[in-house]
Amino acid sequence: MHMTDSRTIAATPEEVWAAILDPDVLKQCVPGCTEMSGSAEEGFEATVVQKVGPVKATFQGTVALSDMVPGQSLKLSGEGKGGAAGFAKGGADVTLKAVEGGTELHYEVEAKVGGKLAQLGSRIIDGFAKKMADQFFSNFQTVVEGPQEADADSAETAGEGGEKKKGWFKKLVS
Amino acid sequence: MPKDHGIGASPKRREDVRFLTGAGNYTDDINVHGQAYVHFLRSDMAHGKINSIDTSAAEGMPGVVRIFTGKDFEGVGGLPCGWQVTDKNGDPMKEPPHPVLAQGKVRHVGDPIAAVVADSLEQARTAAEAIVLDIEELPAVVDMAKALQPGATKVHDDLADNLCYDWQFGTDTETTDAAFMNAAHVTTLELVNNRLVANPMEPRVAVGDYSRARDEHTLYTTSQNPHVIRLLMGAFVLGIPEHKLRVVAPDVGGGFGTKIFHYAEEAFCTFAAKACNRPVKWTSTRSEAFMSDAHGRDHVTKIELALDKDNNFLAVRTDTLANMGAYLSTFSSSVPTWLHGTLMAGNYKTPAVQVNVKAVFTNTVPVDAYRGAGRPEATFQLERVIDKAARELGVDPIALRRQNFITQFPYATPVAVEYDTGDYEATMAKMEELMDIKGFAARRAESEKNGKLRGLGVNCFIEACGIAPSNLVGQLGARAGLYDAATVRVNATGSISVLVGAHSHGQGHETVFPQVVAEMLGIDESMVDIVHGDTSKIPFGMGTYGSRSLAVCGSAMVRATEKIINKAKKIAGHLLEASDADIELKDGKFTVAGTDKSVAWGDVTLAAYVPHNYPLEDIEPGLEETAFYDPANFTYPAGAYACEVEVDPDTGKVTIEKFVSADDFGNVVNPMIVEGQVHGGIAQGIGQALLENCAYDENGQLLSASYMDYAMPRADDIPHMANYVVDHSCQTPCTHNPLGVKGCGEAGAIGSPPTVVNAVIDALHSGGHTHVSHIDMPVSPSRVWAAINGQ
Repeated sequence: MHMTDSRTIAATPEEVWAAILDPDVLKQCVPGCTEMSGSAEEGFEATVVQKVGPVKATFQGTVALSDMVPGQSLKLSGEGKGGAAGFAKGGADVTLKAVEGGTELHYEVEAKVGGKLAQLGSRIIDGFAKKMADQFFSNFQTVVEGPQEADADSAETAGEGGEKKKGWFKKLVS
Repeated sequence: MPKDHGIGASPKRREDVRFLTGAGNYTDDINVHGQAYVHFLRSDMAHGKINSIDTSAAEGMPGVVRIFTGKDFEGVGGLPCGWQVTDKNGDPMKEPPHPVLAQGKVRHVGDPIAAVVADSLEQARTAAEAIVLDIEELPAVVDMAKALQPGATKVHDDLADNLCYDWQFGTDTETTDAAFMNAAHVTTLELVNNRLVANPMEPRVAVGDYSRARDEHTLYTTSQNPHVIRLLMGAFVLGIPEHKLRVVAPDVGGGFGTKIFHYAEEAFCTFAAKACNRPVKWTSTRSEAFMSDAHGRDHVTKIELALDKDNNFLAVRTDTLANMGAYLSTFSSSVPTWLHGTLMAGNYKTPAVQVNVKAVFTNTVPVDAYRGAGRPEATFQLERVIDKAARELGVDPIALRRQNFITQFPYATPVAVEYDTGDYEATMAKMEELMDIKGFAARRAESEKNGKLRGLGVNCFIEACGIAPSNLVGQLGARAGLYDAATVRVNATGSISVLVGAHSHGQGHETVFPQVVAEMLGIDESMVDIVHGDTSKIPFGMGTYGSRSLAVCGSAMVRATEKIINKAKKIAGHLLEASDADIELKDGKFTVAGTDKSVAWGDVTLAAYVPHNYPLEDIEPGLEETAFYDPANFTYPAGAYACEVEVDPDTGKVTIEKFVSADDFGNVVNPMIVEGQVHGGIAQGIGQALLENCAYDENGQLLSASYMDYAMPRADDIPHMANYVVDHSCQTPCTHNPLGVKGCGEAGAIGSPPTVVNAVIDALHSGGHTHVSHIDMPVSPSRVWAAINGQ
């Protein structure tokens, strides 16, 4: 299965690049991620809980970064094993380009599933994978940009510990 | 008036009393004291190199008895293939090892990697999750044509390529080519015979038990042929002699071929029961069944038909790729060859028939016999290409078939077999009558008024049942004999147990076989029971497949009963003080011919077991006889099938409005059971034609592994009973078995797929969609819609 899309993020390519390499950011972005550790150099290890149609499983996975051209492009390769549920693996070629208003993030995703996920979920897997990719990059956009000003107040009241939610980069620099 | 007992009567199936009241005793109902449970960890990859299997964490988990991997089976034989095919160069087929648990590589999704034996199934499953696998995924080959390309990934590294054999059969190339050169018309058709999953209602189960005190093994298993399993597993896999190995196949809930074969799980449970000194039980889940039961069909074929200017068939030439899957299942190699090529003449006197088959290894579940086994594939090609030829030539498809029928018997085909008897004109005429072909135009007009396209599909079929004789099949590569055996055990009071080698798993043997014995002896059927499915009870048996039970095992039973009658006449002669040559047996009474002196059946049987007044110097006491029967030839059931479909041109949905079969099964013992067999067979054929498809993606992932994605036929896919007409009144008795019977178990599944497709094509042409010459099965709404719309 192949998916491709782009979105514009209100941050500089350098800010976006730094975010991609941060396990905390990735943890917030990967849908269903409960644990994420490691580093950009060593690769990340992740635990993801997801439900695909009738199959719910905990995936133990690894994410490796390669072909890194700082501030411009990289390849994310991931593989998750869900035990009896089978496996999912995929890769995303990500390119960053400075545009007016921020950075255009373009991605091409290849994904495949095996075992029970394929046997029971083949009819819904394409839609599922697209949803996962959309969610990942939407989350990423939100984390990097921070909530919109209009949302900030509600986020503040709803936020845990009363801490005002800030964008990832603003937190980093403030 | 129909008979109410004996041969030709239709008593209700006595086995149904227990099946319909939940009193059946299936393998999963068997629980041995102290048994442990096994869960197989199966590959979720289609192809991979096993770097390591770390079971250390799993071994310490609660309830785990022992964990097995391929290493534990290194000293054990692999699963054998029962038929060696010789390719066209004279070389034996490639026969790669088939280990019980994967060794070195995994080769299909579902390939068992490790087996966890634990106190409970839950514990076994949980522990299997803790096994750490390091398997390096390799590219998978799925498509047969790609698998044969130079440089394709090899399923078996030790082989030169993925070709199992390249087989050629029938008329020589020079003669065949000459016939095509001289043809006035050649019709060519490329088609796929879709991969199917048998889906018996009862999934497979195996329970292994071992007595250390007696050094005896018992395997309870869902098998169609327990003696075959005993032989294959005992002699080739585990090295257990027959007298130390008992195989029991109790009530079995449907087989359809897929329970013929010897499977890894059977060998595993037998092996593990000894290794763990504890009974070991495995029950397949439905998901496991999809990826571990042998699949069926999966042929890709190009067929050519040459005709002269008068539309006489001159030659048939076929080129088929047959999918073997990742390993050779027990009879896989014979299906596309001897069970398929030998039927390519069909019902027609075509002088030249050449069959070419390449069998191919792929990273998919092994493929083997499924109801019909090779014969549906042959029939589908031939009857589709004839239909296409009729359309191209603008002639009536019924007339074209008629003109080419074989009419003289016996008839030796160009593909090795000799049809002993048949009357194809009779079944065709019967089909036309039952279908009311003359009224079709009016019915089509009616459908058109409702915006539907109505099509009529017709075809013939022939099949070969009761594969035999053993000396011939041995020359063709069979590694087994194909006789069968029966023991007729007459008890002192006259009741009878018949121990038969055939296995009943839905066929109704328990009703039919006693009808035969009771008729021969003139006693009540209730005095006769059959015993089957246990190697410790029955003398021997090759089991049930290929519509052989009555023709082969039934004949052995007749022979044994004849021996009983001969001996009983001697006893009666003694009791009546007459020569046994003068004794007549009628209605359960022995009479001295021409007198009123007689003794009853029970008097004779009692004398045999209480031999006070008995010719002990001439004959032994007791009344028990065994016969083995090896048929002289196959039997050749044949028939003509027709169906009418309605196609909704807006959605592509096909509805079967009426189905008619006119079969010639020779003599019929129980008409009701024969009709049930044909109803079921046609339902499976309709399933193949309209609904069922086992799908893999290009990575070898199995996509259709549940009933959400694999469409089984449901009641509303089958015509209403009033329009689901099965007839077997045309009877040309088999000339070489004592009952004159042929075999009815597979006919419906063989004859019906081309009927449905022919009808759909006819419907589309009536709607002006004349560009559609073929649609591959399953003829689903999306495929029909795409064909109509040129997509």
